[in-house]
This record gives sequence, C-alpha cells and structure tokens, in this order.
Amino acid sequence: MLEYISIIITAIFVNNIVFAQFLGICPFIGVSRKLSSATGMGAAVTFVMVIATCVTWLLQFYVLNPLGLQFMQTIVFILVIAALVQMLEIILKKIAPVLYSALGVFLPLITTNCAVLGVAILVVRNNLDLGQSIVYALATAIGFTMAISIFAGIREQLALTNVPKAMRGVPIALICAGLLAMAFMGFSGIKIG
Amino acid sequence: MNSKLKILYNGIVTENPTFVLMLGMCPTLGTTGSAMTGMSMGLATMGVLICSNVVISLIKNLIPAKVRIPAYIVVIATFVSVLQLVMEAYLPALNTLLGIFIPLIVVNCILLGRAEAFASRHGVVDSCLDGIGIGLGFTIALTILGAVREILGTGKIFGAEIFPETYGSLIFVLAPGAFIALGLLIALFTKIRGAKC
Amino acid sequence: MKSSLLNMVLSLGIITIVAAALLAGVYSLTEQPIKAAALNKQIEAISAVTPEFNNDPVAEAIEITPEGESTPLKVFPAKKDGQLVGAAVESYSLAGFSGEIRLIYGFDSNGNITGYEVMSHAETPGLGAKMDEWFRSPEGSRNVIGLNPATANMTVKKDGGDIDAITAATITSRAFLDALTRASKAYVKLQEQNK
Repeated sequence: MLEYISIIITAIFVNNIVFAQFLGICPFIGVSRKLSSATGMGAAVTFVMVIATCVTWLLQFYVLNPLGLQFMQTIVFILVIAALVQMLEIILKKIAPVLYSALGVFLPLITTNCAVLGVAILVVRNNLDLGQSIVYALATAIGFTMAISIFAGIREQLALTNVPKAMRGVPIALICAGLLAMAFMGFSGIKIG
Repeated sequence: MNSKLKILYNGIVTENPTFVLMLGMCPTLGTTGSAMTGMSMGLATMGVLICSNVVISLIKNLIPAKVRIPAYIVVIATFVSVLQLVMEAYLPALNTLLGIFIPLIVVNCILLGRAEAFASRHGVVDSCLDGIGIGLGFTIALTILGAVREILGTGKIFGAEIFPETYGSLIFVLAPGAFIALGLLIALFTKIRGAKC
Repeated sequence: MKSSLLNMVLSLGIITIVAAALLAGVYSLTEQPIKAAALNKQIEAISAVTPEFNNDPVAEAIEITPEGESTPLKVFPAKKDGQLVGAAVESYSLAGFSGEIRLIYGFDSNGNITGYEVMSHAETPGLGAKMDEWFRSPEGSRNVIGLNPATANMTVKKDGGDIDAITAATITSRAFLDALTRASKAYVKLQEQNK
C-alpha cells in the first residue's frame, strides 16, 4: 500500500510529467488558453493514458518479450496507441455520446501526445509490474491534468494583462510555466516510507 | 537553384520549427541541459526527418488517402527504431544521456507535420532539402538554447569554461530554467524578425 | 490515390512488412555491438576502480548478500595470477534525494577503497550530481579513496563522521556513503570466503 502511495505522490508532485520530465508540452502550451478546454484535455489524456499503458504493458511482457522482438517496441506502441485512440472515439460515440461530446475534439490530438507514449515506455524501462504501471499512469495523468488546469487559470488572467509585444502569446506563457516549475521544485526530495 | 536555397532558408528561418512553428517542445526543453546534448538531439531528429521525408515523397502516390497518416507513422517509427538500435550499439553514452527522448522522436509533431505538409506534395529532392532545412533549423535552435542554459547555469559552453562555475545560476540547468530561457529566446527571435519585416 | 478497402489493407500491410524486415535486419547487425557496448562499460568501470588484475572479473562475478540485508550485491573479484588482489562491488542506495543511486566501488586486499564510479542516479544536476568528482577531491576531508571503511567513520561530519558532505547536498552524500558501507560489507564477506 505504502508503495502505491509513494508512486502516486512522486508522479503527481515530485516528478510531475510536465514540470520535471518535459513530456506532453505541446498540449500543455496549445490547449491551455481556456480552463474548460484544459480540463477536457486532462480528462481525455487520463482516459487514454491508463488504457494505453495497460494494453502496451501486456503486449510488451506477453508478446514482444517472449518472441524476442523488443526492438519493435517503438513501432508497435505507437501503432497500438493510434489504433486505440481511433477505437475509443468510435466506441464513445456509440455508447456514451455525452462523454464523447466533452472529450471528442481532444482525442485525435492525443496520438501525438508524447506523454502517452512516454509513460508506456517508461513503465517498461523501469520494470514496473502491471498494478504499479496502472497506478503510475493514472497518477501521471492526474499530475498532467493538475498542471494544465493551473496553467490555464493563469493564462486566462494573462490574456487581460498588457504584455510587451514580442513576449505576447507563447513566450510569456513559457516564462509562467518556468515559475510554476520552480514552485513544483519545492516538492523534490519528499519521500514516503 | 534559387528555389532550392529558398527551401533551406525557409526551414532555418521563416519556418524555424522551434522559434516560429513552436513544434517539438518536449525534446527542446528536455534535452537542452547543455549545448552538446541539445545539438545531438537536433542532429538525431534531423537524420530521421531527412529519411522519412525522402521515403514518404517516394511512396506518396502509392498510398490511399485514408490510410496515409498511419502509413507515415509506420515509416517514421521504423527510422526512429533504426536510430535507436544504432545509437545503442555505437554511441551508448549519448543514448543514455538523451534517454527516453530518442524513441519519442516518433511523436515529435515536426516529423508528421513535414510529412503531411511538405513531403506528400513535393518531389524527392525538394523533400530531402526540406528535411535538411527544417532539421538544421531545429538543431540550431536546440544548440542555441543548450548553449544559453549551459553558460548561464555552469559558466561553460560545450564543456569549455568561460567563467567559474560558482558565478553560474544553477536554475538554468534545472527544469524551470528551460521554460524561462526558451520563452526569452522566442521573444528575442520574434523581435528580430519583426524588426526586419 | 482513391481509397478502397483492398488497396488500403494492401498498402499498409506491405509498408509494415517492409518496415519489420528492415528493422529485423538492422537488429541482427547491431545485436553484437550492443552486447559488446554494455559489457565494455562494465569492464571499463571495473578496471577503473580496482587494482590491476589479469582475470575476467565479469565471468567470475558472484552475488554476495551483505550482513543484515536481504538483497545480494554483484561482486567482481579482481585476481592477479590466481591471487585475490581486490574486487569491484556494484552497490546501490535508496536514501538519495530522488530515487535510487547505483555506484561501483573498488577495494584492495587490505579493504582500502581504491576508487568508485557512478553508474546511474537521478540527483539534482549541479548539486547531488557532483558526487562524481567530490569524493576523490583532495580538498578538506572529502576524499574517500585510500580510506578503510573498517577503521574510518564513513558518515558525513554532520552525523559525527569523518567525511565532508557535498555543499548543499547532504542527503546525496549520505546516500553515497550508505552505498559505500553496503559495498564494503559485501567485500569483507568475499575476503572471508577466500581465506
């Protein structure tokens, strides 16, 4: 139990996927102009990341490893994630139209979200077991959702302020992200158990 | 001839992937702790980009429109895996340094973006030049960002000392410095380009 | 090209098969160099930390569980003309600032430390990462090389020991010495077995 709590705290705060590992920066910058779209993106990433990690983990340890095909990892993982996103889109449309209308627009963007592929590869590299992998993926996605929501809140305020011309848009947003990352550094060194 | 040079110039300046298009932010921030790692990452990406651009422009007429994106992804992923194997075999130290960002080249929006926007519409030679141009633009941007962070953070550039490390501000080597330095560099680039136009 | 089910399946299938064949080819070409590179790294680290040897420490590696622990460490005995002259011990510590640190330590036949190499860590760059050089620097009482863990007090000065901690990275320093103590315990056990 303690082990899982440690994984959760580390993934959300100490090793936050955006601020400490630099993964998922594109949606973090691109879809954070409005708080509502940021939380939507966060929810979609959470959904896909957990399922994708689960599927790729099973593929790695029950198909690729026994067959000695580890070198096919990148190509298999990205195809599985792309197919999975497509399938989720179709399934959601059929069985949960409400959820689909909330997440639908973000789903196609997720295929090239490096956080999803990144987490799938990281759990294999760190030799986590299936339970740990799912918990890690879920916690990482929560960390991402938290980061992008905080950031969107700041950017909504930022849109109303008078910023020097050259700094408008992405540059000032990056500097704000830097300050947020600095705040998150305060969590480093925290240990559970 | 002029149009060929224009493709190169376009990739390096007008459509610089980092400073103008702002694509591929993850490796840009994650691997620029020093000028050396930034440059290596840029060159690795450039290699894959040139190969994938050439192959995609060669096979563009053989792929049905509906499945072109998955086909491009397979082509890109293949070259990324080749790069991964070659680096593991011959440059193991660099491979450990760049870590997860090597397999993640596959989801770098620059590659799929150039495949869709350029290679699928132009000939082999032009696509190759576009790969070189955009690749160089990316490499230059990453090297500059890496150099700025290395100088401010540790007082060194490519490992050669400029001023003693104690005067450096460590924050630039750490995560927050990546965001701040990139933000300032993009602003600077925008300012210079704006003044020229 | 116009899409039909047949040409979509066919073109994707062909691309995937060509890609897989190409990858398999590259893999078979690089398989040996990758193994050699990993082995080389290990041998280089071992010979950097131990006294001169002429055996094959990797082939003779054994696993030894240090006193009072449950996880075994990998010990690479260094022998000259069949005589044990020292060993390299691959050790770890979970007491680091962020995650596990892995190091390889070398000892001579008297149990003195002959060197160390950092294998992997996730400590803060510029602070904890300085352990690579700090503990071999002659300044103050940083140096651990030549000390014998059996006689010297291998803890940082803050904890009443003999060693200067890295400036602003006491936790990393503690982890470094924790891994060192663990390695030394395993080495003592190896010496006892060889008596």
